[in-house]
Amino acid sequence: MSVDAATVRRIAHLARIAVSEEEVPHLQGELNAMLAFVEQLSEVNVEGVEPMTSVTPMQMKKRQDVVNDGEIADDIVANAPATEGHFFLVPKVVE
Amino acid sequence: MTDLTSLTLAEARKGLADKTFTSLELTDAHLSAIEAARVLNAFVMETPDQARAMAREADGKIAKGDAGPLAGIPLGIKDLFATKGVRTTACSKILGNFVPTYESTVTSQLWRDGAVMLGKLNNDEFAMGSSNETSCFGPVGNPWRRDGSNATLVPGGSSGGSASAVAALLCMGATATDTGGSIRQPAAFTATVGIKPTYGRCSRWGIVAFASSLDQAGPIARSVRDAAMLLRSMAGHDPKDTTSVDIPVPDYEAAIGKSVKGMKIGIPREYRLDGMPAEIEKLWQSGADWLRSAGAELVEVSLPHTKYALPAYYIVAPAEASSNLARYDGVRYGLREQGRNIIELYENTRAEGFGAEVKRRVMIGTYVLSAGYYDAYYLRAQKVRTLIKKDFEDCFARGVDAILTPATPSAAFGIGEKGGADPVEMYLNDIFTVTVNMAGLPGIAVPAGKDAQGLPLGLQLIGRPFDEETLFSLGEVIEQAAGRFVPERWW
Repeated sequence: MSVDAATVRRIAHLARIAVSEEEVPHLQGELNAMLAFVEQLSEVNVEGVEPMTSVTPMQMKKRQDVVNDGEIADDIVANAPATEGHFFLVPKVVE
Repeated sequence: MTDLTSLTLAEARKGLADKTFTSLELTDAHLSAIEAARVLNAFVMETPDQARAMAREADGKIAKGDAGPLAGIPLGIKDLFATKGVRTTACSKILGNFVPTYESTVTSQLWRDGAVMLGKLNNDEFAMGSSNETSCFGPVGNPWRRDGSNATLVPGGSSGGSASAVAALLCMGATATDTGGSIRQPAAFTATVGIKPTYGRCSRWGIVAFASSLDQAGPIARSVRDAAMLLRSMAGHDPKDTTSVDIPVPDYEAAIGKSVKGMKIGIPREYRLDGMPAEIEKLWQSGADWLRSAGAELVEVSLPHTKYALPAYYIVAPAEASSNLARYDGVRYGLREQGRNIIELYENTRAEGFGAEVKRRVMIGTYVLSAGYYDAYYLRAQKVRTLIKKDFEDCFARGVDAILTPATPSAAFGIGEKGGADPVEMYLNDIFTVTVNMAGLPGIAVPAGKDAQGLPLGLQLIGRPFDEETLFSLGEVIEQAAGRFVPERWW
């Protein structure tokens, strides 16, 4: 399988990465090189094979559903590029 | 005082205990070495004040006799580990001037045991790379150069800063992480020892995530014993990481020097690649001979799905990365580029903040997870991963204790030499290491010799799950036979 220019633009948008028109052909070549490389997986017989979900056989650990953290709003916003009090600032989302 | 930097961690521990020197002296010697080696670009942030404060505290504890196992030992920390109050960037522009308000579990355990932080080490952006050339802080120089050449070579990656700093005697050991070979490949390129422990051995909490089902932390050190000492402090159960395993951490150092007599060592025939350099083949043979002389039994084994590990990795790892890196949106931390609306803000921020390799992997990951392609790519890759793991399980079920392979298909290469036209060329560096991550197994790289141009080469030992001790015992045999390799100082 390989991707065309329109697909490259669609993937870039899905990945939320702005891509200029000049970058598309280059990215298309690189993505297709990677896709060509992984193409060899199609020759493996995976009939009846379970997909791996956990590399270490272990029960998923669960924790008590209790508050064990909090009151650290200052820490949470400490690295934000734009804040007002304990809120993150973003461009208007709802008109 | 500069000769203090040439000690191994184990020697330094003894010197500190015997009061031959103080941690402050040891730390200052390393801080001077770091300053004199800035051309290597191994450190992206030096923390001398913090280092000296931690060293004084360690000296106090040593004097009082309540020193931890790493008391006063100066270490470097890969910039992927969150360090409280100290800038942590994953060597990406998108994290900008991110200063964590918390400490990663692994580093907090090192400080608990008395270690001293010298600073943060360079790495490939978000640990995506095999040469440390994708860092936003620029490439790292390998302290090793070809005989008679002035060309700077890469130290490998992604933990290139860690490997370079340990090899150049700038720190006594370093933290590193390994998703497809990022501890073992740079260790092999710099004649240092690197171990990626079993998945679940070290907590991933507070480490910048790349591919969560593959990422593991481990040390890069100057000797097998040093690596064992560091891993003991780094490992252990952490309730904050649900994949961290709740089993006791053994005294890894006790495995050093233990007899390997009667151990069965597998030589996988699929690792004998067409066109493999003769010197790699020879090195592999020497490794087998050393282990045989120590009493181990060598057997040929088969891992039939080996060739599919790298392509499956290049589906699984980018898929997980595309999901993990979704958090870098210009809102909660790091870089922000304005846009006319919030979607444009995201798109502009990520276009500006991510480097080329990261963009490429996030896009591939997004594609293989997108509607209509998930089954053909991601699901199939996860099934292949099951088969890769089964290959190892079958091998261990036949009584094999560990598997011996070359660590890398070549020695270190020059900056800008690989992957320019085709990214896959760079990815092939991890051909011997990536299977281990796919199967969640422990793997150690130990320096074993040099190529014809005088560059170090390493061997890899792969172990059963949670049997790092056997790797340390076998690694020690190789180290004793091969000797220690120290680069000639040119910086």
